[in-house]
Amino acid sequence: MSRVEEVEGAGANGTADATGAADANATADGTGPVDATRTADAAGTLRGPSPLWTLGLFRSELTTTLRRWRTLALLGVLAAVPVLIGIAVKIETSDGGPVGDGGGQGPAFITQITNNGLFLVFAALAATLPVFLPMTIGVVAGDAIAGEASSGTLRYLLVAPAGRTRLLFAKYAATCAFCLVATLVVAGSALAVGALLFPLGDVVTISGTRISFGDGLLRAALVAVVVAASLAGIAALGLFVSTLTGSGIAAMATTVGLLITVQILDTIPQLHGIHPYLFPHYWLSFADLMREPVHWDEVVKNLGLQGVYVAVFGSAAWARFTAKDITA
Amino acid sequence: MTAAMQTGVETVIETRGLTKRYRGGQLAVDGLDLTVPAGSVFGFLGPNGSGKTTTIRMLMGLIDPTAGSATVLGRPMPRAVRTVLPQVGALIEGPALYGFLNGRDNLLRYDSADPSADPRTRGARVAAALDRVGLTSAAGKKAKAYSLGMKQRLGLAAALLRPRRLLVLDEPTNGLDPQGMREIRWLVRELAADGTTVFLSSHLLDEIEQVCTHAAVMAQGRLLTQGPVADLAAGARGRLAVVTPDTGDAARLLKELGVTGLSVEQDRVTGELPGADVELAELSAALVHGGVRVRGFGIERASLEDAFVALTGEGFDVAG
Repeated sequence: MSRVEEVEGAGANGTADATGAADANATADGTGPVDATRTADAAGTLRGPSPLWTLGLFRSELTTTLRRWRTLALLGVLAAVPVLIGIAVKIETSDGGPVGDGGGQGPAFITQITNNGLFLVFAALAATLPVFLPMTIGVVAGDAIAGEASSGTLRYLLVAPAGRTRLLFAKYAATCAFCLVATLVVAGSALAVGALLFPLGDVVTISGTRISFGDGLLRAALVAVVVAASLAGIAALGLFVSTLTGSGIAAMATTVGLLITVQILDTIPQLHGIHPYLFPHYWLSFADLMREPVHWDEVVKNLGLQGVYVAVFGSAAWARFTAKDITA
Repeated sequence: MTAAMQTGVETVIETRGLTKRYRGGQLAVDGLDLTVPAGSVFGFLGPNGSGKTTTIRMLMGLIDPTAGSATVLGRPMPRAVRTVLPQVGALIEGPALYGFLNGRDNLLRYDSADPSADPRTRGARVAAALDRVGLTSAAGKKAKAYSLGMKQRLGLAAALLRPRRLLVLDEPTNGLDPQGMREIRWLVRELAADGTTVFLSSHLLDEIEQVCTHAAVMAQGRLLTQGPVADLAAGARGRLAVVTPDTGDAARLLKELGVTGLSVEQDRVTGELPGADVELAELSAALVHGGVRVRGFGIERASLEDAFVALTGEGFDVAG
């Protein structure tokens, strides 16, 4: 009930009366809290809906996502990866020998962990970025619209009315926020485990120069943000897939399947022509942030590529979702 | 009938030639002209599969019509979704909830989906809605642990989060026990008394008959009729009924007194109601005078079911 809308509303003869009557009645037989509602509602009405109120949906999206057991389980897996890496490195080097004695090649940065626990952050991000992180995002993004459709809640959100464009934006913004949360879970867990098991101190960059631990922490934060931004592409792709089907499971499986397919394509040398256009191609470029001075080339290419994916699949999702018949 | 309703009465829902053909080519709704007057409790009646839910989805902007137009609260749908729907509460095809959230959080989520709802009063709104449907004590329970009746109530609470001008209830008593059904009817009457127009779809005739002031009947995507319930029921007129063991004498006497369309079944004689010039008490007296042992004498009111059978010439079965 909003006065503003009633004023806007065409042919609202008797509108105010009807609403007023309903109000009076509700107040008359309402209890304390009800009275408070009416009064507060009336006060809010006078000012009209604030544009800021629209953010309520985004907040609701994010908290709803984070309260699912599935999401928490995925975040748990992400948090466990640095623990596993940390313990493995600790055990392997407990006799004083260097990591990777067997000649095998682990994830980037792994050899530096014993000297500086901060490197566990980079190693863990390098280990989770190819599969675990994007898979988590794929599940959340794929479920975004399709999951609501299959549970039937989509129709109630739309008649609330959330507005299709607004709902899609809220979903995408919440997914992107979740990208950051997931990345920070990995980074935070890695930092904790690194500090616990290994010494901390000045950081030796890839270029061989030495920066203070504080600067190292800043670099780690920057890396986390860039990694989170690297996931914007798959988030948009997942959201688009999510608008195509009414089954949350199908959308999640398709998105994760696409991720794996693209990752495989990216490793086939004969297909190098298409590699620069695949969204995961520049993902590991975040390592360049550990150079002194920072090499921005590939990082910028990566972010640009993600931007293209967001634009293309975001528009596709919007075109599809705003024209869709909601029959579920 | 329609013309009479349009004069001087504000309409809350109006459709003109509203048509929906699904991609498979199936015609779900065919040229629907529906007029719902303000302040009415409007029964939307039809067998399962007759196009009721498709119509409601078009009215709520969930489905784009193939042809025709719909206005809700005087504004075109689905274009005016943002201004119209905050004033509309809806329960469409049963409740849908987030099973992993408790009842209160479900309502908080739906409330935050409405951009014109003040977040500062969200908690109070939700508490009031829970109270109204009697779920306050179960508000902290996860929705997946709710019974069907409780889910239905929570769905209703979501529809009642804010004062509404129109309430659209699609099969609201599905899955409810008799007590729950009674409560819904009571709630509908109460809301109607507040001035809210209630649009109630159902395949249960007596449900419509008990609460509705107006009704429309659909079958196979087409509107068969619409108007005040009294008018519809009058279409199939009431009958005079006499209960007596002396059926033969009663039938003979009634025929002499000018009652037509007589039929005898066991210990009952029924006939068409005579015109207004005949005093029913005189008929009764004449029967008693004629030595007929009258055990019951009265008018059997025509039910909406009779009206429906008269309209369709068939029972109330699921459309094929």
